[in-house]
Amino acid sequence: MALLSTRDLSVQIGDVVVVESLSIEVAPGQFWGLLGPNGVGKTTLLKTLAGVHPACSGEVLLDGKTLSTLKRRSVARRLGMLPQHTRYVFEASCEQTALVGRHPHLRAWDRESEADRARARQALASLGLEKLAERSCMNLSGGESRRLALATVLVQDPAVMLLDEPTNHLDPANQVTILDVLGRQVRGHDKAAVMALHEVNLATCYCTHVLLLYGNGEYEAGPTDQLLDEQRLSRLYQCKMRLVDDGSQRVFAVAGQS
Amino acid sequence: MIPAKLPRLLLWIVLVLSVPLSLLLAASAGSTGWHWPWALDETMQRVVLELRLPRAIAALVVGSLLALAGCLMQVLLRNPLADPYVLGLSGGAAAFALAGMMFGLTFIPVPLLAFCGALLSLLVVFVLARGRGPWSTTRILLTGVVVAAGWGALISLMLATGPDASLRSMLFWLMGDLSHARLSAWWLLPLTAGLALLWLRARSLNVMSAGALQAALLGESSQARFWEIYLVASLLTGLAVSMAGAIGFVGLIIPHLMRLLVGSDHRRLLPAAALFGGSFLVLADTLARTVLAPRQLPVGVLTALIGVPLFLLLLNRAVRIR
Repeated sequence: MALLSTRDLSVQIGDVVVVESLSIEVAPGQFWGLLGPNGVGKTTLLKTLAGVHPACSGEVLLDGKTLSTLKRRSVARRLGMLPQHTRYVFEASCEQTALVGRHPHLRAWDRESEADRARARQALASLGLEKLAERSCMNLSGGESRRLALATVLVQDPAVMLLDEPTNHLDPANQVTILDVLGRQVRGHDKAAVMALHEVNLATCYCTHVLLLYGNGEYEAGPTDQLLDEQRLSRLYQCKMRLVDDGSQRVFAVAGQS
Repeated sequence: MIPAKLPRLLLWIVLVLSVPLSLLLAASAGSTGWHWPWALDETMQRVVLELRLPRAIAALVVGSLLALAGCLMQVLLRNPLADPYVLGLSGGAAAFALAGMMFGLTFIPVPLLAFCGALLSLLVVFVLARGRGPWSTTRILLTGVVVAAGWGALISLMLATGPDASLRSMLFWLMGDLSHARLSAWWLLPLTAGLALLWLRARSLNVMSAGALQAALLGESSQARFWEIYLVASLLTGLAVSMAGAIGFVGLIIPHLMRLLVGSDHRRLLPAAALFGGSFLVLADTLARTVLAPRQLPVGVLTALIGVPLFLLLLNRAVRIR
Protein backbone atom coordinates (compact mmCIF):
# COMPACT_ATOMS: atom_id res chain seq x y z
CA MET A 1 0.00 0.00 0.00
CA ALA A 2 1.16 3.52 -0.75
CA LEU A 3 2.55 5.41 2.24
CA LEU A 4 1.39 8.75 0.92
CA SER A 5 -1.07 9.37 -1.87
CA THR A 6 -3.19 12.17 -3.20
CA ARG A 7 -6.62 11.95 -4.75
CA ASP A 8 -7.70 14.73 -7.12
CA LEU A 9 -5.72 17.19 -5.07
CA SER A 10 -5.91 20.85 -6.06
CA VAL A 11 -3.69 23.35 -4.30
CA GLN A 12 -3.60 27.09 -4.57
CA ILE A 13 -1.69 29.83 -2.82
CA GLY A 14 -2.89 33.37 -3.37
CA ASP A 15 -3.59 33.56 -7.09
CA VAL A 16 -1.10 30.86 -7.99
CA VAL A 17 -2.60 27.51 -8.93
CA VAL A 18 0.03 24.98 -7.81
CA VAL A 19 -1.57 21.75 -9.06
CA GLU A 20 -4.96 20.70 -10.29
CA SER A 21 -6.39 17.24 -9.63
CA LEU A 22 -3.08 15.68 -8.69
CA SER A 23 -3.28 11.95 -8.12
CA ILE A 24 -0.04 10.21 -7.20
CA GLU A 25 0.94 7.28 -5.03
CA VAL A 26 4.21 7.29 -3.14
CA ALA A 27 5.10 3.71 -2.22
CA PRO A 28 7.76 2.46 0.22
CA GLY A 29 11.21 2.59 -1.31
CA GLN A 30 10.36 5.45 -3.64
CA PHE A 31 12.32 8.68 -3.65
CA TRP A 32 10.39 11.41 -5.43
CA GLY A 33 11.92 14.58 -6.82
CA LEU A 34 9.69 17.63 -7.04
CA LEU A 35 10.91 19.88 -9.85
CA GLY A 36 9.65 23.18 -11.14
CA PRO A 37 10.65 26.80 -11.70
CA ASN A 38 10.88 29.36 -8.88
CA GLY A 39 7.55 30.38 -7.42
CA VAL A 40 5.59 27.53 -8.95
CA GLY A 41 4.50 26.35 -5.51
CA LYS A 42 6.82 23.47 -4.59
CA THR A 43 6.94 24.53 -0.95
CA THR A 44 3.17 25.00 -0.81
CA LEU A 45 2.60 21.54 -2.28
CA LEU A 46 4.95 19.97 0.28
CA LYS A 47 3.14 21.82 3.06
CA THR A 48 -0.17 20.54 1.75
CA LEU A 49 1.20 17.00 1.70
CA ALA A 50 2.30 17.56 5.31
CA GLY A 51 -1.17 18.79 6.21
CA VAL A 52 -0.10 22.27 7.28
CA HIS A 53 -1.52 24.07 4.23
CA PRO A 54 -5.17 23.54 3.29
CA ALA A 55 -6.02 21.93 -0.04
CA CYS A 56 -8.61 23.57 -2.32
CA SER A 57 -10.19 20.24 -3.15
CA GLY A 58 -9.31 16.59 -3.10
CA GLU A 59 -7.42 14.90 -0.30
CA VAL A 60 -4.06 13.65 0.92
CA LEU A 61 -3.93 10.11 2.29
CA LEU A 62 -1.33 8.93 4.77
CA ASP A 63 -1.25 5.13 5.14
CA GLY A 64 -4.57 5.15 3.29
CA LYS A 65 -6.25 7.43 5.82
CA THR A 66 -7.36 10.98 5.09
CA LEU A 67 -4.63 13.21 6.47
CA SER A 68 -6.88 16.04 7.61
CA THR A 69 -8.84 13.72 9.91
CA LEU A 70 -5.73 12.46 11.73
CA LYS A 71 -4.35 14.03 14.87
CA ARG A 72 -1.19 16.08 14.34
CA ARG A 73 0.70 13.85 16.75
CA SER A 74 -0.13 10.63 14.88
CA VAL A 75 0.74 12.37 11.60
CA ALA A 76 4.11 13.46 13.03
CA ARG A 77 4.97 9.87 13.96
CA ARG A 78 4.59 8.80 10.30
CA LEU A 79 5.43 11.96 8.37
CA GLY A 80 8.19 14.50 8.84
CA MET A 81 9.19 17.56 6.89
CA LEU A 82 12.39 19.53 6.50
CA PRO A 83 11.26 23.15 6.06
CA GLN A 84 13.03 25.39 3.57
CA HIS A 85 14.26 27.70 6.30
CA THR A 86 15.00 27.05 9.94
CA ARG A 87 15.98 29.79 12.31
CA TYR A 88 17.07 29.08 15.86
CA VAL A 89 16.46 31.93 18.30
CA PHE A 90 17.13 30.26 21.67
CA GLU A 91 20.40 28.82 22.88
CA ALA A 92 20.46 25.02 22.85
CA SER A 93 23.07 22.42 22.08
CA CYS A 94 22.89 20.74 18.68
CA GLU A 95 22.18 17.40 20.33
CA GLN A 96 19.25 18.91 22.20
CA THR A 97 17.96 20.50 18.99
CA ALA A 98 18.07 17.18 17.16
CA LEU A 99 16.48 15.42 20.14
CA VAL A 100 13.36 17.56 19.72
CA GLY A 101 12.53 15.19 16.84
CA ARG A 102 11.48 12.56 19.41
CA HIS A 103 8.63 14.80 20.56
CA PRO A 104 5.75 13.08 18.74
CA HIS A 105 6.90 9.67 20.02
CA LEU A 106 6.81 10.66 23.69
CA ARG A 107 3.82 11.24 25.92
CA ALA A 108 3.48 14.55 27.73
CA TRP A 109 5.19 13.33 30.89
CA ASP A 110 7.85 11.11 29.26
CA ARG A 111 11.50 12.06 29.14
CA GLU A 112 13.86 11.17 26.32
CA SER A 113 15.52 7.82 26.95
CA GLU A 114 19.19 6.95 26.53
CA ALA A 115 18.18 5.23 23.26
CA ASP A 116 16.68 8.51 22.04
CA ARG A 117 19.90 10.30 22.90
CA ALA A 118 21.93 7.68 21.07
CA ARG A 119 19.67 8.10 18.07
CA ALA A 120 20.25 11.86 18.09
CA ARG A 121 24.02 11.42 18.31
CA GLN A 122 23.93 8.88 15.52
CA ALA A 123 21.86 11.17 13.28
CA LEU A 124 24.32 14.00 13.88
CA ALA A 125 27.23 11.68 13.12
CA SER A 126 25.67 10.38 9.90
CA LEU A 127 25.53 13.98 8.65
CA GLY A 128 29.07 14.76 9.73
CA LEU A 129 28.04 16.89 12.70
CA GLU A 130 29.34 14.68 15.55
CA LYS A 131 31.82 17.36 16.64
CA LEU A 132 29.00 19.88 17.06
CA ALA A 133 26.84 17.79 19.44
CA GLU A 134 27.68 19.92 22.46
CA ARG A 135 27.97 23.22 20.58
CA SER A 136 25.25 25.85 20.53
CA CYS A 137 22.82 25.80 17.61
CA MET A 138 23.03 29.58 17.34
CA ASN A 139 26.48 30.03 15.78
CA LEU A 140 26.34 27.52 12.95
CA SER A 141 27.20 28.11 9.31
CA GLY A 142 24.41 27.87 6.72
CA GLY A 143 25.39 24.34 5.75
CA GLU A 144 25.73 23.18 9.36
CA SER A 145 22.36 24.51 10.37
CA ARG A 146 20.79 22.89 7.26
CA ARG A 147 22.22 19.52 8.30
CA LEU A 148 21.14 20.07 11.91
CA ALA A 149 17.56 20.62 10.72
CA LEU A 150 17.78 17.42 8.70
CA ALA A 151 19.15 15.59 11.75
CA THR A 152 16.00 16.59 13.64
CA VAL A 153 13.91 14.96 10.89
CA LEU A 154 16.06 11.79 11.00
CA VAL A 155 15.61 11.62 14.78
CA GLN A 156 11.87 11.99 14.27
CA ASP A 157 12.21 8.83 12.15
CA PRO A 158 9.10 9.21 9.98
CA ALA A 159 8.10 6.75 7.23
CA VAL A 160 7.43 9.64 4.87
CA MET A 161 9.99 12.42 4.60
CA LEU A 162 9.10 15.65 2.85
CA LEU A 163 12.23 17.65 2.11
CA ASP A 164 12.14 21.24 0.96
CA GLU A 165 15.42 21.90 -0.85
CA PRO A 166 17.57 19.82 1.52
CA THR A 167 20.73 20.62 -0.46
CA ASN A 168 20.47 24.40 0.03
CA HIS A 169 23.67 25.95 1.41
CA LEU A 170 25.55 22.66 1.04
CA ASP A 171 28.79 22.12 -0.85
CA PRO A 172 28.86 19.24 -3.39
CA ALA A 173 30.43 16.76 -0.93
CA ASN A 174 27.78 17.46 1.68
CA GLN A 175 25.01 17.32 -0.92
CA VAL A 176 26.13 13.80 -1.77
CA THR A 177 26.50 12.90 1.91
CA ILE A 178 22.98 13.87 2.87
CA LEU A 179 21.37 12.44 -0.27
CA ASP A 180 23.21 9.15 0.37
CA VAL A 181 21.86 9.15 3.94
CA LEU A 182 18.36 9.89 2.68
CA GLY A 183 18.64 7.30 -0.08
CA ARG A 184 19.70 4.63 2.43
CA GLN A 185 16.79 5.57 4.69
CA VAL A 186 14.35 5.20 1.79
CA ARG A 187 15.72 1.96 0.33
CA GLY A 188 16.89 0.22 3.47
CA HIS A 189 14.00 1.01 5.80
CA ASP A 190 11.04 0.93 3.40
CA LYS A 191 10.48 4.61 3.76
CA ALA A 192 9.54 7.17 1.15
CA ALA A 193 10.66 10.70 0.46
CA VAL A 194 9.43 13.63 -1.59
CA MET A 195 12.12 16.23 -2.16
CA ALA A 196 11.83 19.65 -3.77
CA LEU A 197 15.06 20.65 -5.47
CA HIS A 198 16.59 22.66 -8.28
CA GLU A 199 19.52 20.44 -9.29
CA VAL A 200 18.13 18.24 -12.04
CA ASN A 201 21.24 16.07 -12.05
CA LEU A 202 20.85 15.22 -8.37
CA ALA A 203 17.32 14.14 -9.19
CA THR A 204 18.56 11.84 -11.95
CA CYS A 205 21.10 10.33 -9.54
CA TYR A 206 18.89 9.81 -6.50
CA CYS A 207 15.20 10.02 -7.37
CA THR A 208 13.24 6.99 -8.51
CA HIS A 209 10.31 9.18 -9.51
CA VAL A 210 9.77 12.83 -10.36
CA LEU A 211 6.85 15.19 -10.20
CA LEU A 212 7.15 18.12 -12.60
CA LEU A 213 5.16 21.27 -11.87
CA TYR A 214 4.77 23.40 -14.99
CA GLY A 215 2.71 26.18 -13.40
CA ASN A 216 -1.01 26.90 -13.88
CA GLY A 217 -1.79 23.60 -12.20
CA GLU A 218 -0.24 21.42 -14.93
CA TYR A 219 1.89 18.51 -13.81
CA GLU A 220 3.49 15.28 -14.95
CA ALA A 221 4.50 12.45 -12.65
CA GLY A 222 6.30 9.20 -13.22
CA PRO A 223 9.57 7.25 -13.06
CA THR A 224 12.63 9.49 -13.45
CA ASP A 225 14.20 7.74 -16.45
CA GLN A 226 10.96 7.87 -18.43
CA LEU A 227 10.11 11.45 -17.66
CA LEU A 228 13.32 13.44 -17.61
CA ASP A 229 14.34 14.45 -21.13
CA GLU A 230 15.52 17.56 -22.94
CA GLN A 231 12.08 18.47 -24.18
CA ARG A 232 10.29 18.33 -20.86
CA LEU A 233 13.03 20.05 -18.90
CA SER A 234 13.32 22.85 -21.47
CA ARG A 235 9.60 23.41 -21.17
CA LEU A 236 9.72 23.14 -17.37
CA TYR A 237 12.42 25.73 -16.83
CA GLN A 238 11.66 27.88 -19.91
CA CYS A 239 15.23 27.65 -21.11
CA LYS A 240 17.18 25.32 -23.36
CA MET A 241 18.35 22.19 -21.51
CA ARG A 242 20.65 19.68 -23.20
CA LEU A 243 21.37 16.08 -22.32
CA VAL A 244 25.10 15.35 -22.33
CA ASP A 245 25.98 11.66 -22.37
CA ASP A 246 29.61 10.53 -22.24
CA GLY A 247 28.72 6.89 -22.13
CA SER A 248 29.10 6.48 -18.36
CA GLN A 249 26.96 9.37 -17.14
CA ARG A 250 24.03 11.38 -18.43
CA VAL A 251 24.01 15.03 -17.37
CA PHE A 252 21.54 17.78 -18.15
CA ALA A 253 23.13 21.13 -18.89
CA VAL A 254 21.72 24.59 -19.42
CA ALA A 255 22.29 25.56 -23.05
CA GLY A 256 21.00 29.13 -23.16
CA GLN A 257 17.68 30.86 -23.70
CA SER A 258 14.81 28.89 -25.15
CA MET B 1 27.48 29.24 25.38
CA ILE B 2 26.24 26.15 27.18
CA PRO B 3 27.54 26.09 30.74
CA ALA B 4 29.59 23.16 31.98
CA LYS B 5 27.73 20.21 33.49
CA LEU B 6 29.49 19.90 36.87
CA PRO B 7 28.05 22.93 38.67
CA ARG B 8 24.51 22.07 37.62
CA LEU B 9 23.63 20.31 40.87
CA LEU B 10 25.18 23.15 42.85
CA LEU B 11 23.15 25.63 40.85
CA TRP B 12 19.91 23.85 41.67
CA ILE B 13 20.78 23.71 45.36
CA VAL B 14 21.37 27.47 45.31
CA LEU B 15 18.13 28.08 43.42
CA VAL B 16 16.05 25.99 45.83
CA LEU B 17 17.73 27.44 48.93
CA SER B 18 17.29 31.00 47.65
CA VAL B 19 13.58 30.77 48.43
CA PRO B 20 13.69 30.10 52.21
CA LEU B 21 16.74 32.33 52.58
CA SER B 22 15.04 35.27 50.90
CA LEU B 23 11.94 34.74 53.05
CA LEU B 24 14.08 34.66 56.19
CA LEU B 25 15.79 37.85 55.13
CA ALA B 26 12.45 39.52 54.42
CA ALA B 27 11.16 38.48 57.84
CA SER B 28 14.28 39.74 59.64
CA ALA B 29 14.78 43.10 57.98
CA GLY B 30 12.46 45.98 58.70
CA SER B 31 12.28 49.72 59.29
CA THR B 32 13.54 49.10 62.85
CA GLY B 33 16.69 47.39 61.61
CA TRP B 34 17.74 43.76 61.54
CA HIS B 35 16.38 41.22 64.03
CA TRP B 36 16.24 37.44 63.69
CA PRO B 37 12.56 36.48 63.87
CA TRP B 38 13.11 33.98 66.73
CA ALA B 39 14.79 36.62 68.90
CA LEU B 40 11.81 39.00 68.87
CA ASP B 41 9.29 39.96 71.53
CA GLU B 42 5.63 39.19 71.06
CA THR B 43 4.53 42.44 69.37
CA MET B 44 7.34 42.27 66.88
CA GLN B 45 6.62 38.63 66.19
CA ARG B 46 3.09 39.69 65.30
CA VAL B 47 4.52 42.28 62.91
CA VAL B 48 6.53 39.57 61.26
CA LEU B 49 3.68 37.08 61.05
CA GLU B 50 0.94 39.50 60.05
CA LEU B 51 2.80 42.04 57.92
CA ARG B 52 6.23 41.00 56.72
CA LEU B 53 5.68 37.33 56.00
CA PRO B 54 2.39 37.63 54.06
CA ARG B 55 3.93 40.43 52.01
CA ALA B 56 7.06 38.38 51.36
CA ILE B 57 4.99 35.39 50.30
CA ALA B 58 2.97 37.59 47.95
CA ALA B 59 6.25 38.88 46.53
CA LEU B 60 7.46 35.31 46.07
CA VAL B 61 4.34 34.32 44.15
CA VAL B 62 4.24 37.50 42.04
CA GLY B 63 7.91 37.12 41.13
CA SER B 64 7.41 33.48 40.12
CA LEU B 65 4.34 34.32 38.05
CA LEU B 66 6.09 37.11 36.20
CA ALA B 67 9.16 35.02 35.49
CA LEU B 68 7.03 32.12 34.18
CA ALA B 69 4.87 34.41 32.07
CA GLY B 70 8.05 35.96 30.68
CA CYS B 71 9.37 32.53 29.62
CA LEU B 72 6.08 31.78 27.88
CA MET B 73 5.85 35.11 26.06
CA GLN B 74 9.41 34.70 24.83
CA VAL B 75 8.52 31.34 23.30
CA LEU B 76 5.21 32.51 21.86
CA LEU B 77 6.72 35.56 20.21
CA ARG B 78 9.97 33.71 19.47
CA ASN B 79 11.89 36.57 20.92
CA PRO B 80 14.21 36.17 23.90
CA LEU B 81 13.66 39.83 24.73
CA ALA B 82 9.86 39.74 25.07
CA ASP B 83 8.24 40.30 28.47
CA PRO B 84 4.83 39.53 30.01
CA TYR B 85 3.56 43.08 29.46
CA VAL B 86 4.44 43.27 25.80
CA LEU B 87 0.86 42.63 24.70
CA GLY B 88 -0.58 45.38 26.87
CA LEU B 89 -1.77 43.14 29.70
CA SER B 90 -0.44 45.42 32.42
CA GLY B 91 -1.94 48.48 30.74
CA GLY B 92 -5.39 46.91 30.62
CA ALA B 93 -5.13 45.78 34.22
CA ALA B 94 -3.93 49.18 35.43
CA ALA B 95 -6.60 51.08 33.47
CA PHE B 96 -9.38 48.95 34.94
CA ALA B 97 -8.02 49.16 38.47
CA LEU B 98 -7.66 52.94 38.21
CA ALA B 99 -11.14 53.33 36.76
CA GLY B 100 -12.47 51.28 39.66
CA MET B 101 -10.71 53.50 42.20
CA MET B 102 -11.74 56.72 40.45
CA PHE B 103 -15.37 55.94 39.88
CA GLY B 104 -15.75 54.51 43.36
CA LEU B 105 -16.61 50.97 42.34
CA THR B 106 -15.72 49.84 45.84
CA PHE B 107 -18.01 46.81 45.76
CA ILE B 108 -15.67 45.11 43.26
CA PRO B 109 -12.25 44.16 44.62
CA VAL B 110 -9.44 45.98 42.77
CA PRO B 111 -7.54 42.74 41.97
CA LEU B 112 -10.62 41.34 40.26
CA LEU B 113 -10.99 44.50 38.19
CA ALA B 114 -7.33 44.37 37.23
CA PHE B 115 -7.65 40.76 36.19
CA CYS B 116 -10.69 41.55 34.00
CA GLY B 117 -8.70 44.40 32.43
CA ALA B 118 -5.80 42.08 31.61
CA LEU B 119 -8.12 39.53 30.00
CA LEU B 120 -9.95 42.22 28.03
CA SER B 121 -6.66 43.55 26.76
CA LEU B 122 -5.69 40.08 25.61
CA LEU B 123 -9.00 39.61 23.80
CA VAL B 124 -8.67 42.99 22.09
CA VAL B 125 -5.19 42.13 20.87
CA PHE B 126 -6.23 38.74 19.53
CA VAL B 127 -9.42 39.93 17.85
CA LEU B 128 -7.54 42.77 16.17
CA ALA B 129 -4.47 40.72 15.30
CA ARG B 130 -6.36 37.78 13.83
CA GLY B 131 -8.26 39.69 11.16
CA ARG B 132 -7.49 38.08 7.83
CA GLY B 133 -4.32 36.45 6.63
CA PRO B 134 -2.17 33.98 8.46
CA TRP B 135 -1.44 33.97 12.14
CA SER B 136 1.82 35.78 12.73
CA THR B 137 3.84 36.75 15.75
CA THR B 138 4.87 40.11 14.31
CA ARG B 139 1.25 41.06 13.83
CA ILE B 140 0.35 40.12 17.39
CA LEU B 141 3.40 41.89 18.77
CA LEU B 142 2.65 45.13 16.90
CA THR B 143 -1.02 45.04 17.84
CA GLY B 144 -0.01 44.49 21.45
CA VAL B 145 2.36 47.43 21.46
CA VAL B 146 -0.28 49.73 19.99
CA VAL B 147 -2.99 48.52 22.37
CA ALA B 148 -0.59 49.07 25.27
CA ALA B 149 -0.06 52.65 24.08
CA GLY B 150 -3.82 53.09 24.00
CA TRP B 151 -4.17 51.93 27.61
CA GLY B 152 -1.34 54.30 28.52
CA ALA B 153 -3.25 57.22 27.06
CA LEU B 154 -6.41 56.24 28.97
CA ILE B 155 -4.42 55.97 32.19
CA SER B 156 -2.84 59.40 31.69
CA LEU B 157 -6.28 60.83 31.00
CA MET B 158 -7.61 59.39 34.25
CA LEU B 159 -4.61 60.59 36.22
CA ALA B 160 -4.86 64.09 34.72
CA THR B 161 -8.55 64.47 35.42
CA GLY B 162 -8.75 62.48 38.65
CA PRO B 163 -8.74 63.80 42.22
CA ASP B 164 -5.29 64.79 43.48
CA ALA B 165 -5.73 62.94 46.76
CA SER B 166 -5.66 59.51 45.12
CA LEU B 167 -2.80 60.35 42.78
CA ARG B 168 -0.08 58.95 45.01
CA SER B 169 -1.66 55.55 45.54
CA MET B 170 -2.44 55.33 41.83
CA LEU B 171 1.14 56.09 40.90
CA PHE B 172 2.42 53.46 43.30
CA TRP B 173 0.08 50.99 41.68
CA LEU B 174 1.22 51.85 38.18
CA MET B 175 4.87 51.43 39.10
CA GLY B 176 4.27 48.16 40.88
CA ASP B 177 4.01 48.00 44.63
CA LEU B 178 3.70 45.12 47.05
CA SER B 179 2.69 46.96 50.23
CA HIS B 180 -0.95 45.88 49.90
CA ALA B 181 -0.31 42.62 48.12
CA ARG B 182 -1.72 39.58 49.85
CA LEU B 183 -2.15 36.11 48.50
CA SER B 184 -5.80 35.20 48.79
CA ALA B 185 -7.08 31.65 48.67
CA TRP B 186 -9.08 32.03 45.48
CA TRP B 187 -5.91 32.51 43.46
CA LEU B 188 -4.81 29.01 44.28
CA LEU B 189 -7.13 27.16 41.90
CA PRO B 190 -6.20 28.98 38.65
CA LEU B 191 -2.60 29.08 39.81
CA THR B 192 -2.35 25.33 40.36
CA ALA B 193 -4.20 24.61 37.11
CA GLY B 194 -1.83 26.87 35.19
CA LEU B 195 1.28 25.33 36.74
CA ALA B 196 0.05 21.76 36.20
CA LEU B 197 -0.61 22.55 32.55
CA LEU B 198 2.86 24.05 32.17
CA TRP B 199 4.40 20.97 33.70
CA LEU B 200 2.69 18.84 31.05
CA ARG B 201 3.53 21.27 28.25
CA ALA B 202 7.20 21.87 29.03
CA ARG B 203 8.46 19.72 26.16
CA SER B 204 5.84 21.16 23.81
CA LEU B 205 7.27 24.57 24.61
CA ASN B 206 10.67 23.35 23.43
CA VAL B 207 9.08 22.42 20.11
CA MET B 208 7.17 25.68 19.91
CA SER B 209 10.41 27.64 20.39
CA ALA B 210 11.25 26.54 16.85
CA GLY B 211 8.16 28.28 15.46
CA ALA B 212 4.58 27.44 14.53
CA LEU B 213 5.46 25.46 11.39
CA GLN B 214 8.01 23.28 13.16
CA ALA B 215 5.60 22.77 16.07
CA ALA B 216 2.88 21.56 13.69
CA LEU B 217 5.32 19.27 11.87
CA LEU B 218 6.42 17.74 15.17
CA GLY B 219 2.88 16.94 16.21
CA GLU B 220 1.53 19.97 18.06
CA SER B 221 -1.87 21.07 16.80
CA SER B 222 -0.14 24.38 16.45
CA GLN B 223 -2.87 27.01 16.65
CA ALA B 224 -4.75 25.42 19.52
CA ARG B 225 -1.53 24.93 21.48
CA PHE B 226 -0.39 28.50 20.92
CA TRP B 227 -3.73 29.91 22.07
CA GLU B 228 -3.61 27.69 25.13
CA ILE B 229 -0.18 28.97 26.13
CA TYR B 230 -1.16 32.58 25.40
CA LEU B 231 -4.10 32.12 27.73
CA VAL B 232 -1.98 30.63 30.51
CA ALA B 233 0.61 33.40 30.13
CA SER B 234 -2.13 36.03 30.40
CA LEU B 235 -3.66 34.30 33.37
CA LEU B 236 -0.33 34.30 35.20
CA THR B 237 0.38 37.93 34.27
CA GLY B 238 -3.17 39.00 35.14
CA LEU B 239 -2.84 37.42 38.60
CA ALA B 240 0.52 39.08 39.18
CA VAL B 241 -0.62 42.51 38.01
CA SER B 242 -3.82 42.36 39.99
CA MET B 243 -1.84 41.62 43.16
CA ALA B 244 0.99 44.10 42.84
CA GLY B 245 0.58 46.35 39.82
CA ALA B 246 2.94 46.44 36.88
CA ILE B 247 6.29 45.42 38.33
CA GLY B 248 8.66 45.70 35.41
CA PHE B 249 11.71 43.75 34.26
CA VAL B 250 11.27 40.64 36.45
CA GLY B 251 9.52 38.85 33.58
CA LEU B 252 12.22 39.96 31.17
CA ILE B 253 15.48 39.60 33.06
CA ILE B 254 14.86 36.43 35.07
CA PRO B 255 13.96 34.14 32.14
CA HIS B 256 16.89 35.53 30.21
CA LEU B 257 19.35 34.98 33.05
CA MET B 258 18.02 31.49 33.72
CA ARG B 259 18.36 30.61 30.04
CA LEU B 260 22.03 31.46 30.35
CA LEU B 261 22.38 29.29 33.46
CA VAL B 262 20.23 26.20 32.82
CA GLY B 263 19.69 26.34 29.04
CA SER B 264 16.53 26.57 26.95
CA ASP B 265 14.94 23.22 27.85
CA HIS B 266 11.70 24.32 29.48
CA ARG B 267 11.62 21.35 31.80
CA ARG B 268 14.55 23.00 33.55
CA LEU B 269 13.96 26.61 32.57
CA LEU B 270 10.44 26.93 33.99
CA PRO B 271 11.20 25.70 37.52
CA ALA B 272 14.46 27.65 37.63
CA ALA B 273 12.73 30.86 36.54
CA ALA B 274 9.91 30.34 39.03
CA LEU B 275 12.32 29.76 41.92
CA PHE B 276 14.68 32.60 41.18
CA GLY B 277 11.98 35.04 40.03
CA GLY B 278 10.25 34.52 43.36
CA SER B 279 13.26 34.96 45.59
CA PHE B 280 14.54 37.87 43.50
CA LEU B 281 11.33 39.81 44.02
CA VAL B 282 11.30 39.02 47.75
CA LEU B 283 14.81 40.46 48.04
CA ALA B 284 13.98 43.48 45.88
CA ASP B 285 10.89 44.20 47.97
CA THR B 286 12.82 43.86 51.22
CA LEU B 287 15.30 46.34 49.88
CA ALA B 288 12.48 48.63 48.71
CA ARG B 289 10.98 48.90 52.16
CA THR B 290 14.21 49.17 54.15
CA VAL B 291 16.70 51.14 52.07
CA LEU B 292 15.06 54.51 52.75
CA ALA B 293 13.23 53.44 55.94
CA PRO B 294 10.84 54.61 57.25
CA ARG B 295 9.87 55.63 53.74
CA GLN B 296 8.87 52.80 51.41
CA LEU B 297 9.73 52.73 47.73
CA PRO B 298 7.49 51.01 45.19
CA VAL B 299 9.34 47.80 44.36
CA GLY B 300 8.79 48.43 40.63
CA VAL B 301 11.19 51.35 40.83
CA LEU B 302 13.88 49.12 42.26
CA THR B 303 13.40 46.28 39.78
CA ALA B 304 13.57 48.83 36.96
CA LEU B 305 16.72 50.39 38.40
CA ILE B 306 18.32 46.93 38.53
CA GLY B 307 16.68 45.75 35.33
CA VAL B 308 17.46 48.53 32.89
CA PRO B 309 21.28 48.29 33.00
CA LEU B 310 21.10 44.49 33.16
CA PHE B 311 18.79 44.42 30.15
CA LEU B 312 21.07 46.67 28.14
CA LEU B 313 23.99 44.44 29.03
CA LEU B 314 22.15 41.29 27.93
CA LEU B 315 20.91 42.99 24.76
CA ASN B 316 24.44 43.98 23.89
CA ARG B 317 25.54 40.41 24.43
CA ALA B 318 22.67 39.06 22.29
CA VAL B 319 23.66 41.38 19.45
CA ARG B 320 27.26 40.27 19.61
CA ILE B 321 26.30 36.60 19.35
CA ARG B 322 24.45 37.12 16.03
